[in-house]
Formats: sequence, C-alpha cells, structure tokens
Amino acid sequence: MGQLLSNLVVGENVLSANDARARANREQFDQAGIYVINMMSAPGAGKTTVLERTLEYMAGTPRVGVLEGDIQTTLDADRLARFGIPVTQVNTDPGFGGECHLDANMVSHGLRSLPLADIDLLIIENVGNLVCPAEFRVGEDSRVMVCSVTEGEDKPLKYPLMFRSSDLVLINKIDLVPYLGFDLPALLRNLDAVNPGVPRLQLSARTGQGIEAWCAWLIAQRNRVEIP
Amino acid sequence: MHELSMAAAVVEIVCRHAAGRRVTRVCLKVGHLRQIVPDSLCFSFALVAKGTPAEGADLILEAVPARGACGECGAETEQPAFPLQCQACGAWNPQIVAGDELVVESLELEEVEVGAATQ
Repeated sequence: MGQLLSNLVVGENVLSANDARARANREQFDQAGIYVINMMSAPGAGKTTVLERTLEYMAGTPRVGVLEGDIQTTLDADRLARFGIPVTQVNTDPGFGGECHLDANMVSHGLRSLPLADIDLLIIENVGNLVCPAEFRVGEDSRVMVCSVTEGEDKPLKYPLMFRSSDLVLINKIDLVPYLGFDLPALLRNLDAVNPGVPRLQLSARTGQGIEAWCAWLIAQRNRVEIP
Repeated sequence: MHELSMAAAVVEIVCRHAAGRRVTRVCLKVGHLRQIVPDSLCFSFALVAKGTPAEGADLILEAVPARGACGECGAETEQPAFPLQCQACGAWNPQIVAGDELVVESLELEEVEVGAATQ
C-alpha cells in the first residue's frame, strides 16, 4: 500500500497570528486613549535609566505607565515602582526557553495588571536584544530605539532590521563620546544608510542632557491621540 | 534565538493547516531583509517540530532577493545591501517591493487512503 502525498497551498505570513493579536492590543489602547511606545535596544544601552529620567521630568503629566519585559527578575520594575506609576513586569522565562523578546500575546497578558484608564502614555520596555524584538509588533504607535555610543558606530549596518523599523533613535551616553574616540558622524551616516532621515536625538540619561527634547517629542506624539 | 521564535510560528501554522495529517515537506519563502540564517532556522524547525505531525518534515527555504522600485527612473532593481540605491540610475532609497517576505507557501502531506483508513 503506497502513501498518497498531496500538496497544500498555504500562503500564510509566519507572523500573522502575532500581528492579529497586536491589532487587538492596539484597539484596546485606542479605546483607552493611550499612546504606546515600544522601546527597544541592546542589553545595557540604558533603556531603564532613560525611563527613570523621563518619569522624573514628566512628574505625572502626562500619566505614564510602563510595561517591563525581561527574561528574568523584576529589577527594572522595582526601579520604576518608586515613582509611584503603574508598572508591571512580564517575565518571558515561561515561554520557549526564555523568550528574547516581547510578543503581542505576552503584552496582552501584561495589560491585565495595568489600570489603563489611569494611563495616557504607555512605554513598553522590550527585552534587550537587537534582533528579535524588531520582528514582533505588540500594538505600539511608535518604535523608539535606544542606541548607546559604547556599542560602536557599525551597529545600524549589522542590525538593519531593528534600525529600519524605528521611528526615533535615541543616541544615549553621549557624555562618554570624548572618552571613547567614538565617531558620531560615522554612526549617523550608518543610520541614514539603513533608515534615511529617521529622527534622532542625542542624550545622556546620566547627566540629563537631551532628556527635555526627548520628553517634548513624547508629549507631542501623545497630543496627537484623540481622547475618546 | 530569532530563528527559534520563527520556527515555532512556522510549526504552529503548519500543524493547523495539516489538520492531523503527517507533513513531509514545508516550503517557506524567506525575504533577504528578514535577517534569517537558513541553517539556524532548519535546525530550530527540526527541534520544535518534534512530537508534532511536522516531525521529520523537510524544510525547503526559497530565498527572495530584496528589490527596490526607484522613485526617480522607475526601474525595479535588486538591492543586495544597505544603503538602498537604484542599480539603474543611482538614486538613493528606492521603495522596497520584495525581500520582506516570511511566508509558509505550501505543504506536502500524507493523505490516508480510504481503503487503509477502514482497516
């Protein structure tokens, strides 16, 4: 008895299930009138420190909430909780061997422990990683990438997927440039090679340089949201 | 890790469409801009497919080159690397029209013969 083989045409996008869940998250955000940022970077680029400075600067207006993604620990959420803002931590550890990114489904679970009615601006701090987070939409309005000068000028060329998908690039640790021999014009050239003209801001979360401009950008984005 | 997540998504789609039938081959279209490492994806696929109807299936990857349509001269040319540049007239930043794909194209399935099913 021979096996009968058949051919089935599928034509399904590999990320379609995630994208559908991301759209559902987005509807939830729109209904609540929340502007959502997906913040991504390599590990150690300074996302959490940027958020600390941001929360200090905003001081409650607009009302910021944070969803923290990490493979393990609640260290980042603990650092932000002292600001008295709504913050929740999604540990990706129970996923497939500790997922290296947040996907739309994980974010949708995390949202259940956030008081959406008390939030104007939600910042989702993704898992530190320059590859995987770029693949997974989570329902965000904008993607902000933190790229620090300690990482080297060549990173946009090495990780084009993430740099291409960003709406704003924050160039962090700018205070260290004199000590590193970092070639800032080269970084900007590489950035433009991959994502021509993408808005970029130079800042230092340590000294506070550039935090005001970054917060002004955030507030301008937030003000474009229609309040239901 | 990136390929592992993608492999898990592929297996989910494959098993849903296979509806219980054993899968012998999976054809996947992979755009040049997806940063997918073929060996790594095949390795991850074999791992994730274990214990599912897709276990042991061949994963066939069809690489799709990146192509850009030029806003200046209208030519559609291959884009091997960044920065994107029209290969015909040299203008910068042609619009990407191919190379972003990541699609499960088709499956080869073992059908249970009517005679065999009743034995």
